[in-house]
Amino acid sequence: MIGGQENGAGDRRMLARAQGLAVQFGGRTVLSGVDMDIAAGEIVTIIGPNGSGKTTLVKALLGLVPVARGRAELMPGTRIGYVPQRFSIDAVLPLRVDRLMTLTAPASADAIGAALERVGVAHLRRADVASLSGGETQRVLLARALLRQPDLLVLDEPVQGVDFAGEAALYALIGELRDEMGLGVLMVSHDLHVVMAATDQVLCLNGHICCAGVPSDVSRHPEFLRLFGRQAAATLAVYRHDHDHDHDLHGHVVADEAGGDHSTDHHGHDHHSHHSHSGHE
Amino acid sequence: MLDDFLVRALLGGVMVALVAGPLGCFVVWRRMAYFGDTMAHSALLGVSLGLLLSVQPVIGVAVVVVIAAFALFWLERFRWLASDTALGMLAHGSLAVGLVMASTVPGLRVDLMSYLFGDILAIGRQDLVWIAAGVAVTMLTLALIWRDLLAATVQADLAKAEGVPVARVRLIFALLVALLIAAAMKIVGILLVTAMLIIPAAAARRVSGSPEVMAVVAALLGMVSVAGGLGLSLWIDSPSGPSIVLAAIVLFVLLLAGTGLVAGGTDRRR
Repeated sequence: MIGGQENGAGDRRMLARAQGLAVQFGGRTVLSGVDMDIAAGEIVTIIGPNGSGKTTLVKALLGLVPVARGRAELMPGTRIGYVPQRFSIDAVLPLRVDRLMTLTAPASADAIGAALERVGVAHLRRADVASLSGGETQRVLLARALLRQPDLLVLDEPVQGVDFAGEAALYALIGELRDEMGLGVLMVSHDLHVVMAATDQVLCLNGHICCAGVPSDVSRHPEFLRLFGRQAAATLAVYRHDHDHDHDLHGHVVADEAGGDHSTDHHGHDHHSHHSHSGHE
Repeated sequence: MLDDFLVRALLGGVMVALVAGPLGCFVVWRRMAYFGDTMAHSALLGVSLGLLLSVQPVIGVAVVVVIAAFALFWLERFRWLASDTALGMLAHGSLAVGLVMASTVPGLRVDLMSYLFGDILAIGRQDLVWIAAGVAVTMLTLALIWRDLLAATVQADLAKAEGVPVARVRLIFALLVALLIAAAMKIVGILLVTAMLIIPAAAARRVSGSPEVMAVVAALLGMVSVAGGLGLSLWIDSPSGPSIVLAAIVLFVLLLAGTGLVAGGTDRRR
């Protein structure tokens, strides 16, 4: 496994694992021979074309789809915080954000407030879930996942429906959460050209794992080039997340600024998109 | 006091409405109105079976409706069969079998009208005991599965990933609807029983900001509908089942008109 920037690999707690995983729907094999694992403090991003099995891989790990061959499992004691790909509340169901937060388990008002505050949406506490924008919904769902005090965040296209500036801010937030809490993060990217720069490992999926590695390696991998073409591969962009400050102290700054306009990044990080060939690390 | 048929009717109706409110909210949220209708149609088969085997019709209904609920769960596995088609087949197939059985079995005399449209004024002491027991069990069970069922309704994958036994609570819910329909058949009849579930819930949505409030309001509106319908039935000598449904519809329209004037700009925040 590839380690993070600060820590060496090997000594971290394993959170989830797939070995020789195959999944079939109606006799058709949609995933086969998938090996992967994810450890605490690690960010793994899955990319691939539509229908390549990204969401299916995530669902197999969570036990939501039956496994045809091999294994897909969460390690015992791994608490997950899940943000599913599709989430919409019908207007027939009256549901406010604070009630959504306690959907599967009760929580204190303080804990709910703190979780919403952490992701910068404390002001939405009494809002109807059906009235939220795409970016607001994703942040509320992230707060809900955090409220469970997870070891592993599973985010299926977390920046869908989010504008470009909001996308950068959301990626920055996910990176901060990993740094602060030592979470493992398993993320499905909505855009095969874009992965967050703090990603430790990219899995390029197309029914099987085409290639895997750090983002810059994957973008040069022959399988990746074959799958997406040289032209597309050349545009593989990475959100850079500069670690030029201490995140442990930084948390307070975030709290001061929360509640304002969250569509821009408050934290002074630089988010550029780089062509992978410019060598981001 | 229970000697008065009107008191018995009111008591039975109010008890059923009390549990139909919260259950009906889930029927509305989960878009299962047609499921309720199917359960109700299969109830007539239960009536015929009950009379044929000379047990209480309500027992026959409960058994058949529960079997129908399981059959639907089983039919859901077949992807080539659309779920509303399966519902329709089960609804009309069991209704047909029930009607054929009711008319051809010698010595079996079914007062069809009273089962199709209800006979709330004929509720006896024994019926009241059955209804009270069914309502108590249903309320208790619903309270126990409330959080899980709501989570499964909002987003099934999310609920399952977080440890909610989604398939189990869905099945329990289907069984609760089946049992309620068995109990409510006497009140408004097979053809109108779904109305007891969905109309108060739909009306409650207009004035509710949370699922729990909506459930309570739906129960209250249902109970008011029973009382209002019985009153109307006495006043103009109309059939009681349809009168109760009419009262519920009137409440819905009144709430729509009342909240439409103020809520136009406030019920959506953006």
